[in-house]
Amino acid sequence: MRAFAHLLDRLSFTGSRNAKLTLVRDFMRQTPDPERGWALAALCGDLTFSAAKPASIRAAVEARMDAQLFAWSYDFVGDLAETVALVWPGRPGANREPDLTDVIDALAAARRAEVPGLIEAWLDALDADGRWALLKLLTGGLRVGLSARLARQAVADFGGVTVSEIEELWHALEPPYGDLFAWLEGHSERPSADHPGRFRPMMLAQAVDEAVDFARLNPNDYAAEWKWDGIRIQAVSERGERRLYSRTGDDISAAFPDVVAALEFTGVIDGELLVLRDGSAASFGDLQQRLNRKTADAKLIAAFPVGIRAYDLLLEGEADLRSAPFAERRARLEAFVAAIPSPNIDLSPLQPFSTWDELASLRADPPPGDPARAEGLMLKRRDSPYVAGRPKGPWFKWKRDPHLIDAVLMYAQHGHGKRSGVYSDYTFGVWREDGEGRRSLTPVGKAYFGFTDEELKQLDAFVRANTTERFGPVRAVRADQDVGLVLEVAFEGLQRSTRHKSGLAMRFPRIHRIRWDKPAREADELSTLERLLRV
Amino acid sequence: MIKPESLLHPRPAGLYCAPGDFYIDPVRPVDRAVITHGHADHARTGHGVVAATAQTLGIMEVRYGAAFAGATRTLAYGENVDMGGVEVSLVPAGHVLGSAQVVVRWKGLTMVVSGDYKRRRDPTCPPFEPVACDVFVTEATFGLPVFRHPPDTEEIERLMQSTVQFPDRAHVVGVYSLGKAQRVIRLLREAGWDRPIPVHGALERLDALYEHFGVDLGVCTAVAAGDAKDFAGQIVLAPPSAIATPWARRFADPVDAFASGWMRVRARARQKRVELPLVISDHADWDELTATLSELHPGEVWITHGREEALARWCSLNGLAARALDLVGYDEEGE
Repeated sequence: MRAFAHLLDRLSFTGSRNAKLTLVRDFMRQTPDPERGWALAALCGDLTFSAAKPASIRAAVEARMDAQLFAWSYDFVGDLAETVALVWPGRPGANREPDLTDVIDALAAARRAEVPGLIEAWLDALDADGRWALLKLLTGGLRVGLSARLARQAVADFGGVTVSEIEELWHALEPPYGDLFAWLEGHSERPSADHPGRFRPMMLAQAVDEAVDFARLNPNDYAAEWKWDGIRIQAVSERGERRLYSRTGDDISAAFPDVVAALEFTGVIDGELLVLRDGSAASFGDLQQRLNRKTADAKLIAAFPVGIRAYDLLLEGEADLRSAPFAERRARLEAFVAAIPSPNIDLSPLQPFSTWDELASLRADPPPGDPARAEGLMLKRRDSPYVAGRPKGPWFKWKRDPHLIDAVLMYAQHGHGKRSGVYSDYTFGVWREDGEGRRSLTPVGKAYFGFTDEELKQLDAFVRANTTERFGPVRAVRADQDVGLVLEVAFEGLQRSTRHKSGLAMRFPRIHRIRWDKPAREADELSTLERLLRV
Repeated sequence: MIKPESLLHPRPAGLYCAPGDFYIDPVRPVDRAVITHGHADHARTGHGVVAATAQTLGIMEVRYGAAFAGATRTLAYGENVDMGGVEVSLVPAGHVLGSAQVVVRWKGLTMVVSGDYKRRRDPTCPPFEPVACDVFVTEATFGLPVFRHPPDTEEIERLMQSTVQFPDRAHVVGVYSLGKAQRVIRLLREAGWDRPIPVHGALERLDALYEHFGVDLGVCTAVAAGDAKDFAGQIVLAPPSAIATPWARRFADPVDAFASGWMRVRARARQKRVELPLVISDHADWDELTATLSELHPGEVWITHGREEALARWCSLNGLAARALDLVGYDEEGE
């Protein structure tokens, strides 16, 4: 438990992706089976315990110490598991410190009434960090900022294989993954991935480089289609198993019972999850109502009906099509989708074109309806097989140009790490007119990149020279009709938001240009942004 | 028996000894002061006569210059002096270099003002010495049961382990410049870290003073302004205030560590954006506070600053009379 507790502790304070990967990879190297496998399952959220309830843990600690002192402690710390871990008055004569495997084995064998006694004995034997890890594990929710995908990436790094290889196997494996580790350490063959309903690692596209790529690519080699603004999914239905997977191989079936019910076929479809109403795709904001949920009730499903816009076919019946060229898969996909009874699975149409210029004007000025809400275009090489990962050349995404607005810098905040001591996070606003014609700035977003180091120095100097107020790490800067710094902000899209004062939330905002030349009064109005919402 | 309040009582300027006419750790300028230790909230400038250990007087001189007081009186640990008919002596408190408890005896009454203290070993100062007394005046900085500091050797081990795991990153440890810095350096040396330790300029003069008083810190090199060399895999010490300044920008992708008792609570570490919290404290934790009170079993416990209500509650549950002094002016957060 000590090594696992130490890992959780470090992860919970570590922000950098690379550092997290190092922590998990080193843990896998230094920890024997089956401990590391159980830890991996815990990190991926694949372990659940129902026997330990927060109320019974609280009761156990209050039986050992003054309730008032506990209440003050809880009030100070603010987290039950952490408070109990810190204050736990251990009794002498405790048993050996349990490791994760002991805990899992004992809980699997214990009768319900025995569980509280087991937990108390473990708490007596562990130190504060170990108690914290144990209680976090048992009460569900490690919340150490590590996604299941990142955990699998660390396992791939550990074994020197690609994450796609791990993902293809993942759903065929069971904790504590002894066969996986044996393979990664070269002691045995690769475990069989033949598991009905398993995830097939996805093929991803590169961003197109307009200046280079169009000169060397032949438009006849490529098919084009819209890049839909939903989330990429894989829908699997084989040998009675129906599954919906996210791009990273997480099983999200439970949140979309309406989509799972529509999978009346045998095969694997690659497509976009969208809110579909009468065959028309709604905005990403609508889809968000269905995301990051464990389940969906009938009311939510009726308000935000979700479907799939299919663009590739990986498995048709029992036949694996991944080595077939895109053109062939596409032809089969069209027939395949036509045979699916549900209207909630439709086909992403191809956009015929003969020159890159023709495609460019389509992208700049898409026809009304669904294409107007698309993120841009996808280009797929007609002879390309379906390859996991992000190969260079066969698939390109060609996003629409970002939206640009001129906004005024309102607040700045300290960065950290390399940017500690520099004002590098900028909140900006646009003009809004009240009923009596008075103009004031309303914040519409925050950006912390898009500028060079040299520009950062200039921005920092501007903030320091024009500070009007300080709120801890945040400074308000002068921003009125006469004095203010105009920032040209690029962003990908807008959504309505009740969390922001302006009622808007920007997607992916960044500083595009600093308009030292432009008077603040000439920055954009909120109404300009509101018009964008109506498209 | 005379009442303790006639020997010591709180006044706006601090704890005052009326028969001896002196204050202990006054927060405003007074004529005569006895100072427990050199931290800025206890040792202030501008008093008439200051009595303290040689080390504490040395620290005050480093911080405030030679004219920090009208006159000074050096007291050795254990030396009894008469101050206006009151017998005063200083005994080690185990907090930082030169830290002392003030023992005052008068007409058969013994009161101990412990200042800030801890009970565990500190390689930079002699250990706390328990003195039987009628009234024990205690701090309560970490006076909540959640504060139970782990062994400092484990924390140092985690720090050194991290430099192995992240050899490309500088490990910048926030430490208070008096006491914590030198203790962390000594602990590193004892754990076998014999490489030069780069330190922020603010630590240099106090480090030199510790060396003067016989604490061997090994080779420490100042990180000079404009010094942009690679500190990969090194352990660098700096006062917490320097971590969020341009000074810290020289370190590429640093691991920000912080050595403090407050790091025991995760929300505190997150607020400070600490990546490697090290629970190393110069104050007694809950177990040390309560064990000290159980050991001394004084007639009365007076609590100066920190989380008075929880410690007072513990006293009442354990049959000790306790009162909170409500002294103002002491830093309850700094550590």
